[in-house]
Amino acid sequence: MKVLMRGNEAMAEAAIRAGCRTYFGYPITPQNEILEYMAAHLPAVGGACVQAESEVAAINMCYGAAAAGVRTLTSSSSPGISLKMEGISYLAGARLPVVIINVMRAGPGLGNIAPAQGDYFQATKGGGHGDYRLIVLAPSTVQEAAELVMLAFELADRYRVPAMILADGMLGQMMEPVELPPPIPPERIPPKPWALTGAKGRPPNVVSSFDLDPHRFREILRGLWDVYRQIQRDEVRWEEYQTEDAELVLVAYGTMGRICRTVVRRARREGLRVGLFRPITLWPFPSEPLRRLSARVPVFLTVELSAGQMWEDVRLSVDGRAQTPFYGELGGVVPTPEEILNEVKKYVRG
Amino acid sequence: MPPKGMVVIDKDRCKGCGVCVATCPFGVLALSPEFNRYGYNVAAMAAPEKCTGCTMCAQMCPDAAIEVYLYRPAKEAV
Amino acid sequence: MSVVETKVPAGFVPVYTRPKALSDKRFTYCPGCDHGIITRLVAEAIDELGIQERTVGVAPVGCAVFLYEFFRCDFAQAAHGRACAVATGIKRANPELIVFTYQGDGDLAAIGTAETVHAANRGENITVIFVNNQIYGMTGGQMAPTTLPGMRTTTTPEGRDLRSTGYPLKISEMLAQLDGPAYITRQAVFDVRHVQMARKAILRAFRNQLEGKGFSLVEIVASCPTNLRIPPAEGVRWVKEQALKYFPLGDLKVRE
Repeated sequence: MKVLMRGNEAMAEAAIRAGCRTYFGYPITPQNEILEYMAAHLPAVGGACVQAESEVAAINMCYGAAAAGVRTLTSSSSPGISLKMEGISYLAGARLPVVIINVMRAGPGLGNIAPAQGDYFQATKGGGHGDYRLIVLAPSTVQEAAELVMLAFELADRYRVPAMILADGMLGQMMEPVELPPPIPPERIPPKPWALTGAKGRPPNVVSSFDLDPHRFREILRGLWDVYRQIQRDEVRWEEYQTEDAELVLVAYGTMGRICRTVVRRARREGLRVGLFRPITLWPFPSEPLRRLSARVPVFLTVELSAGQMWEDVRLSVDGRAQTPFYGELGGVVPTPEEILNEVKKYVRG
Repeated sequence: MPPKGMVVIDKDRCKGCGVCVATCPFGVLALSPEFNRYGYNVAAMAAPEKCTGCTMCAQMCPDAAIEVYLYRPAKEAV
Repeated sequence: MSVVETKVPAGFVPVYTRPKALSDKRFTYCPGCDHGIITRLVAEAIDELGIQERTVGVAPVGCAVFLYEFFRCDFAQAAHGRACAVATGIKRANPELIVFTYQGDGDLAAIGTAETVHAANRGENITVIFVNNQIYGMTGGQMAPTTLPGMRTTTTPEGRDLRSTGYPLKISEMLAQLDGPAYITRQAVFDVRHVQMARKAILRAFRNQLEGKGFSLVEIVASCPTNLRIPPAEGVRWVKEQALKYFPLGDLKVRE
């Protein structure tokens, strides 16, 4: 049964269905509906929602709840995510499976509350200090947002790696019909023998990101990077749309991916052979499929709501085999399909 | 007649801070010239016959290195 | 003088033994540091209440950063200052657990002030052990918010100047003004009598949690002989003659 839901609410409901039983957040537009939804609905399923005193506190509450073995969520928008970065680094170091939703707005600084994609570097390249990565999932519809939230919990638990949903203000606020995935039965959530549940009948468990011995810490990080490489091998997700005969492929994610799908349809109507490559996992980035595509597609036009961040990963993947121009908007301005189509026409003719 | 009490100091835990020596009201303890493996002069019973087993040294020990025993032969029989 | 006696002759029975909640690990504190006494008192409280198998500690950043190695119970290592937030997360996720934090004055009263104040104000049902030694010990003796007026530290080489660095932060007095906390007390461990009082206070702070009373904080005024550059035994005099002038002992808030 489809229901009409706002993106933020659909993500919150999906989290509950994924077995999330603790949520810690702080108000910031344009993601307040997640906190409000959790405050209204988590207690009913025996969960706990705390409106924290800061983003810093919220992410550290997540650290505690995840350490205790419970599925936990926090959400924020760009400036708040910056505040969470310290905690996210600690989550990565302590191998805690927390899901973080970033409903991006325009920055830097206070910026504004309009949709933007300026946090790509922060999300995919580390963001906090140290050698770590997050699993980063980028939905482009409300339906996909709900599904990816459920996937994020699954992946975070499977690999003990924090996962981020990189959405934006447009997706968070948009209302769409959505078929909510069925709730995960509690017995399907994997056991966590490492969790802090009380040292009864077993040696004490310690959740920590700390080791003073460089050689020992190096081994811990090597193990962590083995996990990252496994994720890069097994969890890459992307969508291709009309790329089979394309002379130009748009590369875009999230809200921009959605708009670029419209661009492809309009271009096709005008006889332009344009396709779309839409990364769903921003980390791991779908480099290999993009590389394969670059063997036969001459132009990859990256379109982002930023000055060009994912663009760098596109260029690294294409590695000079094709043209890789960029088109982007700044400050929360969202380009129209017409504007993008005009840009496309600089590279392909019908 | 054995003393009323005795203390057992864990040599490897003791850091020779001397807090127990300063605490003992009966002058039982002193820092020994002996070094432990970490290079600390460890505390020891210099006058064991004066120990009453009052536990004050153990309560003040910052390294949880002292255990205290009382002479209770009757209780042991029970 | 005899060598260290390790065998207990027949007829002697133990009256004071190492708490069972402590692991075999040596403390990493400096010689004569009050942290060791306070850590042991926490272990004694856990033993006395029989809660070792359901206790989760939260270790700070600072001199007690290795706290998780000293206990035989589950532990989380928190980011600097965030222990009360981490404890909140653990407790909310699993209210059956007994959760305590153990923090110094830099951790709790400087970088973690917000987390501490708001956990207290929410009345989080956790136990907080706050070791106030008026200095950043682990990093080498810099000024803490609790550093005494005129006290020399590596960042106040001429002594703390109140005009430019403010006053010793009385966090327990601040917290005692809130409606949230159940128990705020300030104790010390410079002699046996005070150790026993501190022991009772820590026990009460844990018992409060077991009884669901809410946020309990035991501040313990301590000294840092290493950074004060005084012999350990003189730390006692430091606390009594200097620190207690600004941090008087006693219960600041008790909600029955």
